[in-house]
Amino acid sequence: MSTVICPECEAQIELNAGTEVGEILVCSDCGVDLEVTALDPAAVQLAPMEQEDWGE
Amino acid sequence: MQKRLRIGVLYSRVRVEEKWIFSALERRGIDFDRLDDRAIHFDLENPAPWREYDAVIERSISYNSGLYALRILNAFGVTTVNTAAVAEACGDKLTTSAFLARAGLPQPRNVVAFTPESALVALEELGYPAVVKPVVGSWGRLLAKVNDRDAAEAIFEHKATLGSAQHGVFYVQEFIKKPGRDIRAIVIGGRVLTAMYRKSEHWITNTARGGEGELCPITPEIESICLGAANAMGGGVLAVDLIEHSERGYLINEINHTMEFHTMQPLSGVDVAGEIVEYAVKVAKENMQKSE
Repeated sequence: MSTVICPECEAQIELNAGTEVGEILVCSDCGVDLEVTALDPAAVQLAPMEQEDWGE
Repeated sequence: MQKRLRIGVLYSRVRVEEKWIFSALERRGIDFDRLDDRAIHFDLENPAPWREYDAVIERSISYNSGLYALRILNAFGVTTVNTAAVAEACGDKLTTSAFLARAGLPQPRNVVAFTPESALVALEELGYPAVVKPVVGSWGRLLAKVNDRDAAEAIFEHKATLGSAQHGVFYVQEFIKKPGRDIRAIVIGGRVLTAMYRKSEHWITNTARGGEGELCPITPEIESICLGAANAMGGGVLAVDLIEHSERGYLINEINHTMEFHTMQPLSGVDVAGEIVEYAVKVAKENMQKSE
């Protein structure tokens, strides 16, 4: 299982099996949205802020 | 030898819905590419790379990115789910209302104006309370329930001053007192697959805003109104949202063309992702036969 560090609060976050690039995680410590940008090695960055035209 | 299908999935974020769609494609042994809308680009003089796809399933979170990608792909002759015309009809809520009105389908009353002053006149004719809605937007964002003239003047001034050009279209809807819930139905390829109530004490019942889901039986009346709504938009893969009015019955509130179904799929047991893939395969094959 891969571990990443939250760029906001430096918490250690374990990625679940089946995690995909482009997936959004929520840091369990600080609650910030993180985007998975790579899996090998695992990396995350702060997810983009919600835009006005986003939705379903 | 029959050509293997190749599908593109256009997305912005890999939500659980996209993961389920990828899995559904993998389970069926279909070749597919993941197309991140932030990474792709189009050369309008070179459609060949895009024509490799027998269909593109559009799942962008950004309405603008998704709509323009669909317009280009459709101009290239690439089959898309949904089409650009359907995305435009659904993504612009005012266009949805206009198409529903053209089809004679039940919906809340709507008025539209292009200046704060004329919007105020229109709203006062409609009556309070009313809901001021952005023409593009989702997840219950920027909806304003307006209870009196003071609030209306403030909202319209704020929209005119602070909003983008799109907020200069003042789209006002009659407020419907809901019974603490609304209904969302999934309609794919002319079939109503499943429906759920979205419950909330708040007047905005969207599950993105904390509304809870509960299965809703598909009555003949719900089926009929949902199929009518889907047809009015041009068909495809759609989620129809209904409001229950105490006297007028079901009213169509909005229709989504890249719907989320993370609550619906586990609740109903219906494989919505699989149904989307099956529909994309069906239209891809139909269009391949037409072009042969």
